[in-house]
Amino acid sequence: MNSSQLLGITTLAYLLSAILYIAIFVFRAKKLGLFATLITACAFLINTIGIGLRWHESYQMGIGYAPLSNMYESLVFFAWAITLFYLVLELRYKNRVLGAFSMPFAFLSMAYASFSPEFGKEIKPLIPALQSNWLIAHVITCFVGYAAFAVASGMGVMYLLKDRKTNGAPGTLLASLPELKVIDDIIHKTLVFGFLWLSAGIITGAVWANAAWGTYWSWDPKETWSLITWFVYAATLHARFTKGWGGRRIAWLAIIGFISVVFTYYGVNFLLSGLHSYGAR
Amino acid sequence: MKKTENMVWRFFASVKLALFSLLILATTSVIGTLIPQKNPPEFYIEAFGPRTAQFFRLLDVPDMYNSWWFISLLLLFSINLIVCTIDRLPNVWQMVVMNNLDTPPDRLEKMPNRHVFHARGDVESIAKIAKGILAKSGWKTQGENNPAGSLLFSQKKAWSRLGVYAVHLSILVIFAGAIIGSLLGFKAGVMLPEGGVTDTVYETGTGKPIPLGFTLQCEGFNVSFYADGTTPKEFRSTLKVIDSSAKELPPAKDIIVNDPLSYKGITFYQSSYEPMQGFNISIVNKATKVRQNFQVPFGEKIHWPGTGIDFGIINQQVRSRMGDVDKLKVWFSDGQGEPSIFWMDNNAKQTISSPAAAYEFQAHQVYATGLQVAKDPGVWTVYVGCILMLTGLYVAFFLSHRRVWVYIVREEATDRCRVLVCGVSSKNKIAFENEFSALVECFTHDSTFQNA
Ligand code: HEM
Repeated sequence: MNSSQLLGITTLAYLLSAILYIAIFVFRAKKLGLFATLITACAFLINTIGIGLRWHESYQMGIGYAPLSNMYESLVFFAWAITLFYLVLELRYKNRVLGAFSMPFAFLSMAYASFSPEFGKEIKPLIPALQSNWLIAHVITCFVGYAAFAVASGMGVMYLLKDRKTNGAPGTLLASLPELKVIDDIIHKTLVFGFLWLSAGIITGAVWANAAWGTYWSWDPKETWSLITWFVYAATLHARFTKGWGGRRIAWLAIIGFISVVFTYYGVNFLLSGLHSYGAR
Repeated sequence: MKKTENMVWRFFASVKLALFSLLILATTSVIGTLIPQKNPPEFYIEAFGPRTAQFFRLLDVPDMYNSWWFISLLLLFSINLIVCTIDRLPNVWQMVVMNNLDTPPDRLEKMPNRHVFHARGDVESIAKIAKGILAKSGWKTQGENNPAGSLLFSQKKAWSRLGVYAVHLSILVIFAGAIIGSLLGFKAGVMLPEGGVTDTVYETGTGKPIPLGFTLQCEGFNVSFYADGTTPKEFRSTLKVIDSSAKELPPAKDIIVNDPLSYKGITFYQSSYEPMQGFNISIVNKATKVRQNFQVPFGEKIHWPGTGIDFGIINQQVRSRMGDVDKLKVWFSDGQGEPSIFWMDNNAKQTISSPAAAYEFQAHQVYATGLQVAKDPGVWTVYVGCILMLTGLYVAFFLSHRRVWVYIVREEATDRCRVLVCGVSSKNKIAFENEFSALVECFTHDSTFQNA
């Protein structure tokens, strides 16, 4: 067994998990609940072992490094963080319908990592600039934040679905979704959590840049986009906290914020150029 | 007068302005990520046409993050932050230090979390028991007796209300650090060949020379590659500071990317390198142990004076586009017998035998190391701001100011007291509800207290 096989299995397992949760939501197949959770927990475990094994393999190849250093590896970690975040959410809110709006992100991230022709999946030696513990801290903090934002946008979609005219007449599909008040609360808590990690991600990135190049901030497109994302979420939190915004507006902002995250992450690498474009190779 | 003053103040203190400036900063920042920054004017004319280029120049688009209007936005943002803080902090501070034993009974009755008990006994002994229960749940109490009864109060993490202000302050601290850096610091670069020295570096962008105030020498440079032969593994420069004014010997240090050398507030970062057309050659006569070093350009015949030795590098194999030499071809003759012609690895040693003697021949391509040089006295201020921000965010998001009161009053015409337990939290209401229920549970378990 090698790490790429394990990560291949992870992709399939996340697909299965996403399908199960969607089935639970759409067909109100509550009986599948425990099974879905077990599959997800197993997938998470395989994902973890896959990352660990990849780490081990890099040492065996004599170029040992933490597998958090390129686009492929960060996507794998992204999926891992989303799943962990979701499992904690499921445990806390005891509601599996949330999975239908979270696990698809984990699957999409793994699928994109596995099937995209744009970047390599091999374990490749690290160029000198990437040999830094700050880089590891940077990737972990950013992607934990991004994972929270992904889930928050899923919850945003859920909110908007539920908050329609048909609103939760008993027996309808949407009745199984948590109450609007609860979804709103989950969105807020998730955004707050993500914002703290995104802030830490931007800061660790700046410290790394300063150690490597002597400039903690150079307005390169990736940095700038992460700051734009940060502004969007800061505005969202203020709108909620001081203007009492909630409900639909915050749900929309959670979605818009995540679009900004995706652009920071994907758009900048492939549509714009800059210092960070190493990630694309 | 008063009125306009008030309006200006209200304007700068408003959160609406904060939302507005956050969104404007977010949208305008996009421009600089779409239009390449800091290119020469010709670039913009070629890429966008003369009219658009002219328009860009007018608005400083080619360097928008340093433009007057972007800086003004940041300034507006800072003023907003400062005024907003001055406007609100006194009230929040009041919340932190206020005497909660003053809280009037009718306010207590309206607290979001409350529970009423009855208890037999006199006010004082009930208060004592209640104090014990509170203490067991981690609530340290202050108490006060008044004619009507006894009021106990306890709070946790009152200072957490200041978390938000730590976050806001941290933004200003980071700005301050950035300003210090741009006023008192510089960013520069220099290329230094192996063996070379410099007392000057050149400002990034303008090329303006900046004297260092000491001399920097590059004693050596080495690039190593991974087994694949093309991915660089490490760039390493051995740097030495030569400073006649220094009391102790300044440091010599090997720097690599991510591990720079700092001296007198100036930091030297390994940033690039350039293979030069030339070699350092050392030849040792194995019999006499005489050694001689040469700086040899490519393709030139060199004579070792006083001997019959001539040699040269007649061919080379480069491994990268940059011109790193992997192997070199040497022509060598000491005048006896056939000349030796051979390939050898860069940085390797080769033994040459002629009828007259044996020689050890060593070749090393000369490099120049590319150093990024920065002086930024604001960087620690920025880092302090960053730590303050993360701490502040944690406090603002995850800690809350929680208060509980126990109000014990003698009920008229009975032999019992009415005991009101109530509390409020500044945020995380649901978590506090649970904490409060747990406390009420503790009271319930004590036989003194009967549910009313
Ligand atoms: C990007 C910059 C900013 C960041 C990161 C930031 C951060 C925060 C945070 C984390 C909170 C707490 C929100 C919560 O608990 O949910 C907060 C609250 C607040 N912010 Fe900001 N802020 C920023 C800019 C501003 C500006 C420019 C103003 C100026 C008016 C402002 C005014 C406020 C106010 C009034 C509150 C509520 C405080 C209270 O309830 O006492 N913020 N901010």
